[in-house]
Amino acid sequence: MLKFLLMGGYARYVWPCYGLTALVVGLNIHWARAALRAAQAEARRRMASLKAAS
Amino acid sequence: MAWVWFHRFGSPPYFYRVAGLLAPWFAWPAALLCAAGLVGGLGLAPADYQQGDGFRIIYVHAPAAWLSLMVYVVMASSAAVGLIWRMTVAYAVAASCAAIGASFTALALATGMLWGRPMWGTYWEWDPRLTSELLLLFLYLGYMGLRNAIDDIGRADRASAVLATVGVVNVPIIHYSVIWWNSLHQAPSVMRFGQPTMPAAMLVPLLLMLAGFTAYFVALLLTRARGELLRRERNARWIADALGVATGKGSAC
Repeated sequence: MLKFLLMGGYARYVWPCYGLTALVVGLNIHWARAALRAAQAEARRRMASLKAAS
Repeated sequence: MAWVWFHRFGSPPYFYRVAGLLAPWFAWPAALLCAAGLVGGLGLAPADYQQGDGFRIIYVHAPAAWLSLMVYVVMASSAAVGLIWRMTVAYAVAASCAAIGASFTALALATGMLWGRPMWGTYWEWDPRLTSELLLLFLYLGYMGLRNAIDDIGRADRASAVLATVGVVNVPIIHYSVIWWNSLHQAPSVMRFGQPTMPAAMLVPLLLMLAGFTAYFVALLLTRARGELLRRERNARWIADALGVATGKGSAC
């Protein structure tokens, strides 16, 4: 296990790469969901105001 | 006949509904492919005879670099389709690509720097591959900046589409930079004519990661494009139907 974590002496280059990748992958999932939810909420508000106006 | 699906996807209500149905069918396979690729790449693949375990960076660097280019091609071609046929869906897809592409371009540069330090002895060199990839990041940021600077979404779509389409010239420059010029970066080992230059135990996990990242991008794109469509068609009746909102008679106006 320790051998795996040490990555043959390249641990300080390999693991930050994997950490950054996990961060970017996770952030993109969060951003995509948040953008969709925000657009849906905005569209609902608009629909409600149209209903009120009609 | 072959174009029927294309025209269907051009319809915002159809795209919104089908994209919502399709996204999980890309997301879950993406997770499985990446999990298998990680086990293979970090656990099963042998260490490189020159780079030792340091080469394992390839399993995140190459997929990030692949996405940086593929996302740009998707963005530029959707933007061009939007310009030519004035398709709202195409503009929504193009706008959805930018942040995804920019983040993976930055990731490709960062992981490349972390790989370059032990192998080349430097984090950065003004090398053709590195410089053209940095230019790609600026193209993405320019596209996003231009969109943010224009309030009207229709004008932002058209203006940014021109920038995206012109910038596509950088994509072949990045890909062939390691062949055309004398570069520190290695030549292509997978996306080349003829056989890949890696043994199967190293290559298969890389192909799994590339497929996984591609499926992940499709799932992200479908999700984001749905939101972008809602922003563009704010008064359409189908939105009320899609969101399950009851509207009064005047809502179709």
